[in-house]
Amino acid sequence: MAKLTGRELYVDDLPSADHLWGATVRSPSPRGRITAVEFDPSIDWSEFVIVTADDIPGRNAVFLMEYDQPALADGYVRHVHEPVVLLAHPSRDIVRRAAALVTVRVELEAPVLDFCAVPEAGGIQHGTDNVLKHILIEKGDIEAALAAAPIVVEGEYFTGSQEHVYLETQGMRAHVDGDVLVIQGSMQCPYYVVKALVPLLDRDEAGIRVIQTATGGGFGGKEEYPSMIAAHAALLSLKSGRPVKLIYDRWEDLAVTTKRHPSRVRHRTGVDSDGRLLAQDIEIVLDGGAYVTLSPVVLSRAVIHAGGPYACDAVRIDGRAMLTNSAPFGAFRGFGAPQAFFGLERHMDVVAARLAMDPAAFRRVNLIRDGQQTGTSQTISDGADRLEVLDTALAACRWGTRREQIRRHNESHPLAKRGLGLAVFHHGAGFTGNGEVMLQSVVHVAATPRGGVEVRAASVEMGQGTTTIFTQLAAERLGLDPDTVEVAQPDTHRVPDSGPSVASRTAMVVGYLVEQACDDLRRRLGLTDAARGDAVAEAIRTWYAAPGQEELVGEATYLQPSHVEWDEETYRGDAYGAFAWAAYVAEVEVDLKTYSTRVTDFVAVQEIGRVLNQTLATGQIQGGVAQGIGWALLEDFSWRDGAMQNCQLTNYIIPTSDDLPPIRVEFLETPYSHGAQGAKGIGELPMDGPGPAIANAVAHALGVPAVAIPLTPERLMAEHDGLAAREAS
Amino acid sequence: MKQILELRVNGDRHEVGVPTHFTLLETLRYVLGLTGSKQGCDKGDCGACTVIVDGEAVLSCIMPVQEAEGREVRTVEGIAGRRGAHPLQKAFDLTGAAQCGFCTPGILCSALALLEVNPQADRDEIARALSGNLCRCTGYTKIFEAVLLAGQAMSSGREPAEIIGEP
Ligand code: FES
Ligand code: FES
Repeated sequence: MAKLTGRELYVDDLPSADHLWGATVRSPSPRGRITAVEFDPSIDWSEFVIVTADDIPGRNAVFLMEYDQPALADGYVRHVHEPVVLLAHPSRDIVRRAAALVTVRVELEAPVLDFCAVPEAGGIQHGTDNVLKHILIEKGDIEAALAAAPIVVEGEYFTGSQEHVYLETQGMRAHVDGDVLVIQGSMQCPYYVVKALVPLLDRDEAGIRVIQTATGGGFGGKEEYPSMIAAHAALLSLKSGRPVKLIYDRWEDLAVTTKRHPSRVRHRTGVDSDGRLLAQDIEIVLDGGAYVTLSPVVLSRAVIHAGGPYACDAVRIDGRAMLTNSAPFGAFRGFGAPQAFFGLERHMDVVAARLAMDPAAFRRVNLIRDGQQTGTSQTISDGADRLEVLDTALAACRWGTRREQIRRHNESHPLAKRGLGLAVFHHGAGFTGNGEVMLQSVVHVAATPRGGVEVRAASVEMGQGTTTIFTQLAAERLGLDPDTVEVAQPDTHRVPDSGPSVASRTAMVVGYLVEQACDDLRRRLGLTDAARGDAVAEAIRTWYAAPGQEELVGEATYLQPSHVEWDEETYRGDAYGAFAWAAYVAEVEVDLKTYSTRVTDFVAVQEIGRVLNQTLATGQIQGGVAQGIGWALLEDFSWRDGAMQNCQLTNYIIPTSDDLPPIRVEFLETPYSHGAQGAKGIGELPMDGPGPAIANAVAHALGVPAVAIPLTPERLMAEHDGLAAREAS
Repeated sequence: MKQILELRVNGDRHEVGVPTHFTLLETLRYVLGLTGSKQGCDKGDCGACTVIVDGEAVLSCIMPVQEAEGREVRTVEGIAGRRGAHPLQKAFDLTGAAQCGFCTPGILCSALALLEVNPQADRDEIARALSGNLCRCTGYTKIFEAVLLAGQAMSSGREPAEIIGEP
């Protein structure tokens, strides 16, 4: 209820007496040597705390995967808006105005701005070719399969970037409490912040305490960038000795924080005349931006999903993430998979059209059956009925009938064209391959003196329902009244490292550990696994009745399920412990006077192991679909020198309540043995389907190629005019 | 430059010294400590700062504080009555219409301003009333459900839980 009464405290709601406000001075140029930093002499700079790279006590890098991204540029910049100088002052208005009066002079070098072009010699800034990461997946003999295939269809597809637009902009508060630097703020991964600050500040973990405050949406955008803001707030606070709040306004948040990787995906697909897939040759290129950050893992998820939920014996997937002089692109719900699925699922419709097959029928032929293998040679044997997923979606929208009705409608409506489009896809939950083993996540469940428990995990609540889910899992595991179960606020001095709140892993992976930690607690109480409810509560109270008794804590550490085997070298094996499976259908209406597209109906059917909480799960799917609709139709960028120019909510448009249809959600369930109560992850899944389903619907409506999103009115008009011109000639 | 103003917020009278350039939102958040109203853009684009002034939903981030003087301001903190949560809050809770909660205070105010005049508002009327409130988490479907449910509760005097048959 705190969210409904205004009592929930987000970082900017923390009491602000005695604070300094921070601001960031940034690079005006995409690439080059800093020749001067000039402070406007009309201002008395002695009133300000000023921090530059020289003030960094440790290593000048925001560490995540590599030490390549500086916290503050030191003599050289690689993208517009790269942070150079930090300021703090008691007045928020004054510090913001002052930041504009510091000028960074840069001797401009030619920036690399096109991620698809081969970089010229002078543009090389990473390795010998600007490739931040290259991954190759191979299965069977692709060249032979393509040569033998009776029909080969090629296609090229593009997706634009996307801003998260969490409603709460990013922000951090830092203060020093004795020997401990305390960071509070909006974030998904408290331990990422700790790990970034340890080398930067040259402090140990005991000297850094990171506490997540209520977080107004994340969607991946608060995975890695909060470490940067935390670093800045910490540097200002350490230098001034005062608490510092560094809160981005919307313009700054849109301009400088991470966004979805733009992509180009190419397909060469061999099929026989019955529509059987014989060869999938796929190339993916992602725009990584100026530093490595998370691009290798985003690319990894993209290539692994690129072949889709289909069986094919000859597969080659070649993926590269390229350096450009843009602010680094980063984590965003779906994490590379939406880009891969846009290319694949749009292409599946193109191939079906070449075969004169119904798009649903073509997918049905190839949908992976239990016992068959994915592109990474992972054998699927989860018992989930993927055909049922497809059929449920087709039934919900009355696919065949509706396509026929639409055909007739379009014949008699020259200016309002309708279309129905399908996308079928899957999404692996948890970290890729051995990632979960590397993380070694830990969860604690502590007994509380009144006979309940407290769940301690680093997984954050950001609106997706972590608190409710953990409460429910612990209560049901131990048979306790949910009112006696608490979930600790993620605070790195109180909760163990259960890994980041990303990759649809919280309910499935961390939730499973919550259950295991409950079991461990029960054993420590001397109870059998069958003990539940009052027996547990009573045993806890008895434990604490003894004088001087120390706190009793159950613990669980991640163990890779024995069925998961992965080879990081060859990219072969079980990429994920479990996949969720889905089929989405979008119906659109395109107004040929304005070329605007409305989604008029949306059906989202998915198999997710087990639905832990119907309301939360439905809300996750609906929210993800809405974001997908925005990505497909509305969310467009204007770039200059690799920097976003349209940094307002009036010119970067996300869906309003007027833009969206009711989103119809259905779940199928086949419990997964290594997920909490059988659940598989769902947070990212709904982002994968809307892009291609909508593009397929638009192609169905107008006959246009629809190979690039967003399908803005301008783009659609150009495609439609092009089509008319071709038909005329 | 500060000026002294008398404001009425959620039924309480406050005499406050406010910098003359402050908006109503800044005054609520940084002078009165009523941080329930959120700042999502500060430009009138997102609706997170919506409050109710004399019965009408307004964007407090673009209203100079002087304009609120002498008028009745209601914020999310004032929605619950003495006897607990308002039916609108209960409906949001039951339907799961608040995810991250950052848009919620503004959406509650927009919805309440509508329902107090027209508790039988239909989906289109609700969509119009909420079209200035962005939500990035929910896709709005559950927000519509919640507002429809609250309207039913307000016009019938029944509890939202009773209407949807929850215990
Ligand atoms: S903060 Fe007022 S409309 Fe966004
Ligand atoms: S609930 Fe997060 S923005 Fe609406």
